[in-house]
Amino acid sequence: MFVKKSFSGGVEVPHFKNTENIQTEKIGVPDEVIIPMQQHSGAPCKPTVKEGEPVKVGQVIGISESFISAPIHSSVSGTVADISSMIFPDGRYVATVVIKADGKQDIHEDVKPPICTNKEEFIEAVKNSGLVGLGGAGFPAHVKLNPPKDKNIDTLIINAAECEPFITSDYREIMENSADIMDGIDAVTKFIGVSNVIIGIEDNKPEAISLLKKLAAGKKGIDVKALRTRYPQGAEKMLIYALTGRKVPPGKLPMDVGVIVMNITSVGFVGRYLKDGMPLIKKRVTVDGSAVNRPSNVEALIGTKLSDVFDFCGGFKTEPFKIIMGGPMMGIAQYTLDAPVMKYTNALLAFDKTFGNVPPETACIRCGRCYRACPVNLMPLHINRAALVEDMDALHKYHTMDCIECGCCAYSCPARIPLVQSIRLGKTLIKKAQAKAKKDESQKDVKS
Amino acid sequence: MENNLHVSSSPHIRAETNTRDIMLDVIIALVPASVMGVYFFGYRALLVILVTVLAAVLAEYLAAIVLKRKQTIGDLSAVVTGLLLALNFPPSIPFWIAIVGAFIAIMLVKQLFGGIGQNFMNPALAARVILLISWPVQMTRWVWPDGVSSATPLVILKRGLMAQAPGYLDLFLGNVAGCIGETSAAALLIGGIYLVVKKVIGMETPLAFIGTVGLFTWIFAGGSLFTGDFLYHILAGGLILGAFFMATDYSTTPVTRRGKIIFGIGCGILASVIRLYTDYPEGVSFAIILMNVATQLIDRFTVPRSFGGEKNAA
Repeated sequence: MFVKKSFSGGVEVPHFKNTENIQTEKIGVPDEVIIPMQQHSGAPCKPTVKEGEPVKVGQVIGISESFISAPIHSSVSGTVADISSMIFPDGRYVATVVIKADGKQDIHEDVKPPICTNKEEFIEAVKNSGLVGLGGAGFPAHVKLNPPKDKNIDTLIINAAECEPFITSDYREIMENSADIMDGIDAVTKFIGVSNVIIGIEDNKPEAISLLKKLAAGKKGIDVKALRTRYPQGAEKMLIYALTGRKVPPGKLPMDVGVIVMNITSVGFVGRYLKDGMPLIKKRVTVDGSAVNRPSNVEALIGTKLSDVFDFCGGFKTEPFKIIMGGPMMGIAQYTLDAPVMKYTNALLAFDKTFGNVPPETACIRCGRCYRACPVNLMPLHINRAALVEDMDALHKYHTMDCIECGCCAYSCPARIPLVQSIRLGKTLIKKAQAKAKKDESQKDVKS
Repeated sequence: MENNLHVSSSPHIRAETNTRDIMLDVIIALVPASVMGVYFFGYRALLVILVTVLAAVLAEYLAAIVLKRKQTIGDLSAVVTGLLLALNFPPSIPFWIAIVGAFIAIMLVKQLFGGIGQNFMNPALAARVILLISWPVQMTRWVWPDGVSSATPLVILKRGLMAQAPGYLDLFLGNVAGCIGETSAAALLIGGIYLVVKKVIGMETPLAFIGTVGLFTWIFAGGSLFTGDFLYHILAGGLILGAFFMATDYSTTPVTRRGKIIFGIGCGILASVIRLYTDYPEGVSFAIILMNVATQLIDRFTVPRSFGGEKNAA
């Protein structure tokens, strides 16, 4: 029997791909958009507009000097109503620009197709587009596409696994915008100089697989590979291992094993951007969950409030108990419906109490399910204990920093222990200790 | 309405299996062995099982009250402990000893060390060993329902009375003298396979344990090397019960795959050595609780390297 390559560990999660056959609908222009100055991993942007200033669609409203960052654009035309520090959907305070939309959607004069004749121009164009990894991590794309000279990249992996339950936004990208995806792949391979392309996709999406295979058939060097449907197949390290057999060591990046990984919606965006020059100002979002009236795939402007998105989907049929940005395994619970859709938002889920309530915690029985489920081979039960008693030696010994926070451990825990929460606590303890050690070191230098 | 939004760390969904489901699976897996025990040893075996289980649950209930802990009889772990303890009793055991055993297992070995998941010895086995040392006569008197007493297969072997030894088929089915739940290899294997299929336990420990006993007795149990009757050693006594149901206890055995194999091999060597070279005919219980004590040590030296990572300095 042919066994599909995969990683060890992981969990079988219910698919809940209820929205896979629902065409994407555009949400209209909201009254106002809320645009945080950080929608990527790396340095936050500084606002380049002032309160009261008129802005147009596609206009840059935030930039950063740092290399690891991505510019931020206005998704509407209108007037800057407010610039203030707001709690960001992941819990941090971030400068945020609020724009009152005028509904005209006048396009800014800088928005035009970029001219790309070589790698440098292409990287610059990708940077100007504001593209970040749309799979959920939000890593600036131009950084990823521009590895240091000493890294020998031979493979481009397109991540179409979409292993989280509920989410179908990447699947809809394939079904609706396959031409853009192919154009994007062509551009990346041409300018970055990678000849080998592998599209990895879970085998629960047969229609998308056959469509991609058909399109790839006419091209050289593009391989579409069906992957075993098992969470977290789309986690970068697991995906690279399943497709190439290479293991990315802890603390290293895909480029260290000669690979660039891009989400399929990200390459689709590259394909479109090279044609129309419109920066990343909108995003397809799967809206689903037990409390949602009309589960949908919607295209929302970046900065659209969650309440506007849920209203568009017919509102709630029962009182929402939990709102999640992202999937149920790794998504972030939201405390307010005033939070905005961001660049890498791929799903908004609203659960009622029956579905969203996590049963109470009981004592660890050392069953080892967390260890068996961990795709990176950690022992969450020991990290949990170490974090709760702040045992720093044990936190290091059990490789706390190597956790990818996929949630398999907590998902499979029969005692319902919030293992990811305590692992995050453990990471914070380690980072604090490291920062303190660094500070002590520098003070010692001053004294001597 | 917005103030009612619930916020917590991901993941936001959980698998359905909880602690109670796991314990229920273990109980289900022990049903065939219990039924065979009652079939061969009569209604008194059933009474021993009921009394011991009820005493264990009562002990758990009282412990929670005395120690001011949350009531945990609902997780069924006390039922599992009581059942395992009962299956390790001879059918003729006085009820008061069974009850004392249940209280030792739950109160002393389990609850005083912190309750479920915290005990460092298998409660049922530790209690059994304490009883065995305290009341050796009552704990090793093997009587059939018709009042005839006889020796267990391992005692027969120890005394060198091989002419009286039961055949492999009787050993396999369980029609021999012994503890209520240990004699029927067939019934225990059905239960063990059920647990493996339901992924409650892994194959590592049982295979390593039984394999080691088989290998060790094949090499050393015969008149000369490599002539031992390993099949007799595997089928007789408490090996299969111990390997599938006791050496796989979560709290008291290693978590990692490598740790489980080391644990199983250690149990196998100790059990074989006790059977072959000491005055005790059977060594499975002693072997497992001795290895229970080594579990923390094994766990410490078998921390796996993380994905793509370097070997851990222990």
